[in-house]
Amino acid sequence: MNAAPVPPSDPHGDSHAPTHGDSHAPTHGDSHAQSRAAGCEHSDTSPLSIHALTVAYQRRPVLWDVDLDIPSQSIVGVIGPNGAGKSTLLKACLGLIPISSGRIRVFGKPYEEQRALVGYVPQRESVDWDFPVSALEVVMMGTFGQLGWFHRAGKRERAHACEALDAVGLADEAHQQIGQLSGGQQQRVFLARALAQSAQVYLMDEPFASVDAATEQAIIAVLRRMRGEGRTVIVVHHDLETAREYFDWVVLLNTRVVAAGPTATTMTHERLRQTYGGRLTLLDEAAQRIQKAQLG
Amino acid sequence: MSSSIAWLDYNTQVVAASAALLGAAAGLAGCLLLLRRRALMGDALGHATLPGIAGAYLVSVALGGTGKEQWVLLAGAAVGALGGVLSILVIRRGARVSDETAMAIVLGSFFGFGTALLTVIQATPGGHQAGLSSFILGHAASMVASDLRAASIVAFSCAALVVLLTKELRLLCFDDAFARAIGRPVRWLDGVVLLIITAVVIAGLQAVGLILILALLILPATAARLCTDRFSVMLPTAAVMGAVSGVGGTLVSASAPRLPTGPCIVLFAAAIFALALLFAPHRGLIVRATSSRVRGLRQ
Repeated sequence: MNAAPVPPSDPHGDSHAPTHGDSHAPTHGDSHAQSRAAGCEHSDTSPLSIHALTVAYQRRPVLWDVDLDIPSQSIVGVIGPNGAGKSTLLKACLGLIPISSGRIRVFGKPYEEQRALVGYVPQRESVDWDFPVSALEVVMMGTFGQLGWFHRAGKRERAHACEALDAVGLADEAHQQIGQLSGGQQQRVFLARALAQSAQVYLMDEPFASVDAATEQAIIAVLRRMRGEGRTVIVVHHDLETAREYFDWVVLLNTRVVAAGPTATTMTHERLRQTYGGRLTLLDEAAQRIQKAQLG
Repeated sequence: MSSSIAWLDYNTQVVAASAALLGAAAGLAGCLLLLRRRALMGDALGHATLPGIAGAYLVSVALGGTGKEQWVLLAGAAVGALGGVLSILVIRRGARVSDETAMAIVLGSFFGFGTALLTVIQATPGGHQAGLSSFILGHAASMVASDLRAASIVAFSCAALVVLLTKELRLLCFDDAFARAIGRPVRWLDGVVLLIITAVVIAGLQAVGLILILALLILPATAARLCTDRFSVMLPTAAVMGAVSGVGGTLVSASAPRLPTGPCIVLFAAAIFALALLFAPHRGLIVRATSSRVRGLRQ
């Protein structure tokens, strides 16, 4: 194990750090203390419960002392500037990157025991869309978690995958090579693959990134249907304008959790300012837009 | 006279059969290499065998052997390849550089070391006759029945592994993060890929040599990729293209005196690739040129 990471407020960190904007990270402020005091003890009923999670890269923290209890049956947005550790948070939950300290529980148990309950949508750019597979074949990969090593996907998996493709409106594109699909369709293929996982809690890394407005509406409709079925969806999101509309609950993240809670009470101007640090012009612009949206 | 022709025929048959099996295995392995985006790994592995071969010769001679035992040299090649892979992993971690950079470093330095050792060996008595330099460009024409056996073992084991693990390998190559998230041991699967590549590289040393083995890995795989958009079709297509290159190259080199077999095999594979590049049904240059013209006319 590496040496203990230094706190993010240390201004003399090493310059190879993978994150940017750490210098703007909130210092030991009371907002963080508040979010911890707001009740982040482990809960067996929470779909995803994170306790004192720190993830560091070369001793420089990407996530620092994160405490979260995600409420069930909700659509949760993870919001923060570039390099705030949003993707890292998801990857840590999925065991894709080593954590420095802390505990992550899925319905009260470690992820390794609960894989079947967790679905994952990686960033669209993380794979090569020129890969020689069809949309249906990608979606069928969602059923592999339940399939043994040497079991071939059969009729049941195929039917399941077709259903998932249908749910995202891509039934007609099932046999297209994935490279022939538009960006929005590719994103929906990933969503369908997650649906085929038949999970209870979903972690989605920027599912709305660079998709057209129609696709965005189609995706949010699917997420709402999933919530209606009792599932929980955690979404890394960039757009502050739509965040209020989409999410029941938000996590404002910038290496630390600045605030977490119901969207209406959590996404305040002050909290956003803390989350986005020194980027005031951008932030004020966003705040104005939000105010406008509220008035309109 | 007639017996000499019969012997020649038999010899050519053995070489052709071995080359076909190796070509097929290289086609399969090349698909994995290509789709896992590790093309340079094959090259690094190939070049890293040279210091292993030279080292094995030196050890064998030092222990009183002749240094010509084939299995000793091939074992040395395997050790060299393994050393190359380990070095790539260490360099990538330690120096925090990309895969490709690490492979380039290993490729160059291992090959340089191997060449230096080879020069030293060739200056020693008996060193020149050891035939070590034939590993660089291959010596397919001298393959015998035992080489055919080895080639069949490698080819059938590779095919069996790929068939058994096809679902997992496809998942690994397409989206390794997702594979890990659903609990697949991605490192072990990458290990299997590496094992297949190493086996093909070692087996292919005799046929095409350590420099041209990359061509035999990549050409059939790339040609097959041009011809199909399906993983399950691409692999057998590449295997067939590799096998055809093996047989074709052997026959071409047998048809004229002094045509080296290994380079002929690779040239045959290159010709197949060129045909695929031009005439592939959807991705071929000709289809694309004409379809874009049709599109232009429609507008």
